[in-house]
Amino acid sequence: MESNKHFVLGIYDDEDVLLSAVTKVRESGVKIHEVYSPFPVHGLDEALGYKRTRLPIAAFLFGLLGTTLALTMQIWMLGYDWPMIIGGKDYVALPAFIPVTFELTVLLSALGMVGTFMVISDLKPYKKPRLMDIRITDDKHVMAIDLAKNALAKEKIREIVGGTGATEVNDKNFEE
Amino acid sequence: MQVTSSVREPLVTGGKTVHDVTEDICRQVEGRPTKSWMLGMAISLATLGIGTYAVFMLLWDGIGVWGLNKTVGWAWDITNFVWWVGIGHAGTLISAILLLFRQKWRMSINRAAEAMTIFAVICAACFPGLHMGRLWLGFYWALPLPNTWGSLWVNFNSPLLWDVFAISTYFTVSLVFWYIGLIPDFASIRDRATNKISKAVYGALSFGWDGAAKTWARYESVALILAGLATPLVLSVHTIVSFDFATSVIPGWHTTIFPPYFVAGAIFSGFAMVLTLMLVTRKVFKLEDYITINHIELMNIVIIITGSIVGVAYITEFFIAWYSGVEAEFYAFYNRATGPYWWAYWTMMTCNVISPQLFWVKKIRTNIAATFILSIIVNIGMWFERFVIIVTSLHRDYLPSSWAMFYPTFYDVGVYLFTFGLFFTAFLLFAKFFPVINMAEVKSIIKSSSLKSNK
Repeated sequence: MESNKHFVLGIYDDEDVLLSAVTKVRESGVKIHEVYSPFPVHGLDEALGYKRTRLPIAAFLFGLLGTTLALTMQIWMLGYDWPMIIGGKDYVALPAFIPVTFELTVLLSALGMVGTFMVISDLKPYKKPRLMDIRITDDKHVMAIDLAKNALAKEKIREIVGGTGATEVNDKNFEE
Repeated sequence: MQVTSSVREPLVTGGKTVHDVTEDICRQVEGRPTKSWMLGMAISLATLGIGTYAVFMLLWDGIGVWGLNKTVGWAWDITNFVWWVGIGHAGTLISAILLLFRQKWRMSINRAAEAMTIFAVICAACFPGLHMGRLWLGFYWALPLPNTWGSLWVNFNSPLLWDVFAISTYFTVSLVFWYIGLIPDFASIRDRATNKISKAVYGALSFGWDGAAKTWARYESVALILAGLATPLVLSVHTIVSFDFATSVIPGWHTTIFPPYFVAGAIFSGFAMVLTLMLVTRKVFKLEDYITINHIELMNIVIIITGSIVGVAYITEFFIAWYSGVEAEFYAFYNRATGPYWWAYWTMMTCNVISPQLFWVKKIRTNIAATFILSIIVNIGMWFERFVIIVTSLHRDYLPSSWAMFYPTFYDVGVYLFTFGLFFTAFLLFAKFFPVINMAEVKSIIKSSSLKSNK
């Protein structure tokens, strides 16, 4: 599919200027496509109006799966499939099964959550990123505004972004 | 708004800007290997070579080549295992527990400490693996896999099996935690790369990272939860290692103090190893502005605390052995201090209990040479701690006729050397090809904690 994407980019040096700029730009009715930063900026997700991520819920559910699997495995193996008395304990010696249960809970919770994170954020080894600006991974914060998503004219948007303390205002086109 | 404290020392000195951070850390990755790196690598590979010979002969002839005997059935192998696992505790402690406590000074040391953790755990895992003699059958013995003996399952009541799960979970979670942190930094290197190979390799390693705010928000959430998961995990691992001893009925092992005492000892030796490695890395890579005297002092304070806990544990153990009125128990401890292995016991006491107390003096804990020497002494002491616990409790068996001593052979030393070679080779490769400091995290504190912003 052939599609052209046109963006206006506001480049910022300072994370505090960026935060106030995001608020100002949104108040003036311009929709922000995304902000790109070299490091996590606290409060940026709230300023952009993003909902809190539900990854903690995923972690909890994967952990629960781990607990269930670990207990089921141990109880079935030593309690039913091949019962044996070890150290005078019951076949199902629950206290002795706790360490392995704990470890598998942590393992599945961590792997499940990180896996979910990779999938929803589309992080994969063979992916070519669509970089707005090469300096994002160095020291610049970039606010990208998608022209197709905004009714305002390009010049007007450039003016709004320029008035928020951006050190540069650039155009970026992708042809895909 | 960033709040700058006028009381706290800046975490990054030298008036670094965000761009300087990228330059300073990427320079090591992009430049040609230095002479000192080459020399280090040559020594590590030579050690690895000697060690590989010892490991090969061990697997060829069987573990009879070790100095073990009927009485002392566990010696250097498990000593080294516990020692390496202990060292592997600092990395996750720094990155997880200090993250939960919002200790920002962790940021410039966590990357290297986590790498050290991962390599140390690999070294640790070598010992139980090799002790099985037939490594290739180890999977059947250690994992609950269906087998031809009617599916005779592994024994989930055994602390040795808990160890398998604890160590492998710890390794996996530490690796994932470390890698998640590396992704944004790999992207920085990718975007600076000039040659094709670097572009392709770091491009693949960086997983297509583009720095989007949405991804950062998720990334922070993932890091926080991983820290929350890794904190009980790191405490559980050495607890379970201590169960290997504590759940047995050998006098000197059968004590309830073991789990907290082992965990404190692990953090103690781990921080010492972090200091040993970081002091060298800092000097060779000129990272004095990122790993400051302030960082070194804070790590030394952790060493005083954990060292004192270990000291109190030694004394408590001894007192309880006497107070319990169990003769066998008291004899085990009395024999440790005055028996044929008295020298090992007193080496342990001197290195672990007395030497870290020197850090109460500010001049010593802020002195780099003193810190370096003491960090090595602490690790020697911690090796002897495990040796003392294991060998002295075993060598005086229940019958005086089976009393024996343990003498290491070339293969005991050789396998230990193998893990040293492996550890330093891996660490040097990491230091050359991976960013040794977490750039993204350090960049996020430049504004609030750099010397420049304090002016």
